[in-house]
Amino acid sequence: MGSIWEYANPVKFMKLSDWLMPLSALLAAGAIATGLIWGFFLTPDDFRQGSTVKIIFLHVPSALMAINAWAMMLVASLVWLIRRHHVSALAARAAAPVGAVMTLIALFTGAVWGQPMWGTWWAWDPRLTSFLILFLFYLGYIALWSAIEDPDTAADLTAVLCLVGSVFAVLSRYAALFWNQGLHQGASLSVAPGTRMDMTYKLPLYISMTGFGLLFLALVLAGTRTQIRARRARALLARERARA
Amino acid sequence: MIALLVRDLRLALRAGGGFGLGLGFFLILAVLVPLGVGPDPQVLGLIAPGILWIGALLACLLSLDRIFALDFEDGSLDLLATSPIPLEGVVAIKALAHWITTGLPLALAAPVLALLLNLPGPGFLTLVLSLLLGTPALSMIGAFGAALTVGLKRGGLLVSLLVLPLYVPTLVFGAQAVVRAAQGLDPATPLVLMTGITAGSVALLPFAAAFALRINLR
Amino acid sequence: MMPDLGAYAGPVLLAYGVSLGLLVALVLWVWLAGRRTQRDLAALEARLNRRENATD
Repeated sequence: MGSIWEYANPVKFMKLSDWLMPLSALLAAGAIATGLIWGFFLTPDDFRQGSTVKIIFLHVPSALMAINAWAMMLVASLVWLIRRHHVSALAARAAAPVGAVMTLIALFTGAVWGQPMWGTWWAWDPRLTSFLILFLFYLGYIALWSAIEDPDTAADLTAVLCLVGSVFAVLSRYAALFWNQGLHQGASLSVAPGTRMDMTYKLPLYISMTGFGLLFLALVLAGTRTQIRARRARALLARERARA
Repeated sequence: MIALLVRDLRLALRAGGGFGLGLGFFLILAVLVPLGVGPDPQVLGLIAPGILWIGALLACLLSLDRIFALDFEDGSLDLLATSPIPLEGVVAIKALAHWITTGLPLALAAPVLALLLNLPGPGFLTLVLSLLLGTPALSMIGAFGAALTVGLKRGGLLVSLLVLPLYVPTLVFGAQAVVRAAQGLDPATPLVLMTGITAGSVALLPFAAAFALRINLR
Repeated sequence: MMPDLGAYAGPVLLAYGVSLGLLVALVLWVWLAGRRTQRDLAALEARLNRRENATD
C-alpha cells in the first residue's frame, strides 16, 4: 500500500478522500444515530442522577473529541514544521473549527448536566474550567490563521502557536485542578461518572463515541479538501496575474 | 547585549515610551474595582489577590506590542537578526527590558494598592514575591505573542486573545499563593509551581519567539 | 414514545437540542464552504482554460 506519506501529495489525498470522506460521513451518521437513539430512548434512569444521565452520550464523546482534535492539530503542526507537507498544515487548519464546536458541546452539556445537582447553570468545576480555557486556545488558533495573509507564514506561525499552546493547555489543566481544590465544597463536583457503568450505558456510549470520531474524520477530510482547493485557486489567480 | 538592553530601556523611559502607562493602569484598576464592587472591606480583602494579579496581567498586555513592532517597522529588527547576537538573545533582552519597565514597577507598587484593597497583612510579602517571580513569565510569554503578530497592522487585540490563555497557569498559581498567604496558610506550593513556569518560559520561549520572528522577517 | 424524563426533562432536552443543533450547523458550514470553494475553483479553471484556448 505504500507509506502514509503518499497522502502528503495533494492529488493522492484528494483521491483517497474522494471515497473515504463520504464513507466516514455515512458511518458517522449511522453510529451517532444509533448511539443517541439507543441512549436517549432505551436506557434507564440513574438512581442518583435521574434522566440527566442520558446527557453522557453527548458529553463524553464531544469532550473526548475536543481533546483529540487538539492532539491531532499538534501532530499535524509538527509534521508541517518538520516535513513541510502542506496537506498536514491545511488539515490542522480544518480540524480547529470542528474541535472548537466539540468543545462548545462539551461545555454546554457539562453545564446543563450539572445544573440539577449544583443548582447553578455554570460551576467553576476544574474540568469544565479546563474546557473553557481550551475553547479560548481554539479561538486564538483560528484567529491567527485568519489574520495572516501569506499562507505559508500563517501555517508556520499557527504551528508554533499550537506547540506552545499545547504545553500551556496541559499546565492549565493542572492549574485548574489546583485552583479548585481549595474550595470548601467538599467532594468533587465533577460530573465524571464515579459510578461504575454497566453495559446498559457502556455500549451506546461507545457507539456514540465512535460516531463522533468518525464525524471528526469526515469533517476534517472535507475541510482539508476545501483548503486544498482554495490553495489551488490562489495559485491559479497568482499565475494569471503574473501573466497579465 | 547590554547595549541593546540599555537602548530599549531608554526608549521605553522616554516620553511616550509607555513606562508610566502600566503603573497608571494598575492604579486606575485598584480604584475602579471598589467602585464597581462596593466598599465592603471584607469583600475587597477577599478578592484583592485576584484583582492585583489581573491588574498586573492587563498592565503587561498594554505594552506588549511595543516589544518588537517599532523595530520591525523601521527595519531595526532585520539588523538585529543579522547581528552577532543570536535572535534568541535579542528576544530575551527585549523581554527583560519589558519586565524592567512593566512587571518590576508593578511588583514594587503592589503593596500600596494592596492597602487600598484591604489585603490582609500576611499576604503582603507573598504578593510582592509572587509578582516579582511571576511577571517575568508574563513578559516572556507576551514577547512570544508579540513575535507571532509582529507583522500585523492592528495586532493588539489578537495578541491579547493569544496570550491571555497562556497566562492562565501563572495567574492561577500566583494569585492562589497570595490568597493562601492572606489566610495564614503556607503559599510555598503554588509559589514554587509558578516559579517553575517562569523558569521554563524564560528558558524555552525565546526559541519559539525567535522562530516566529524569523518567519515574519522572511 | 418519548421516555418519561421526569423532573429533568428540561435540562436533558435542552442538552440534546443544542448539541444536535451545533452539530448540524457545523456539518452545514463545512459542507457549504466546500461547495462554494469547489464552484469557485471550477469557474476559475474554466475561465483560464478558455483564455488559453482562445490565444492558441
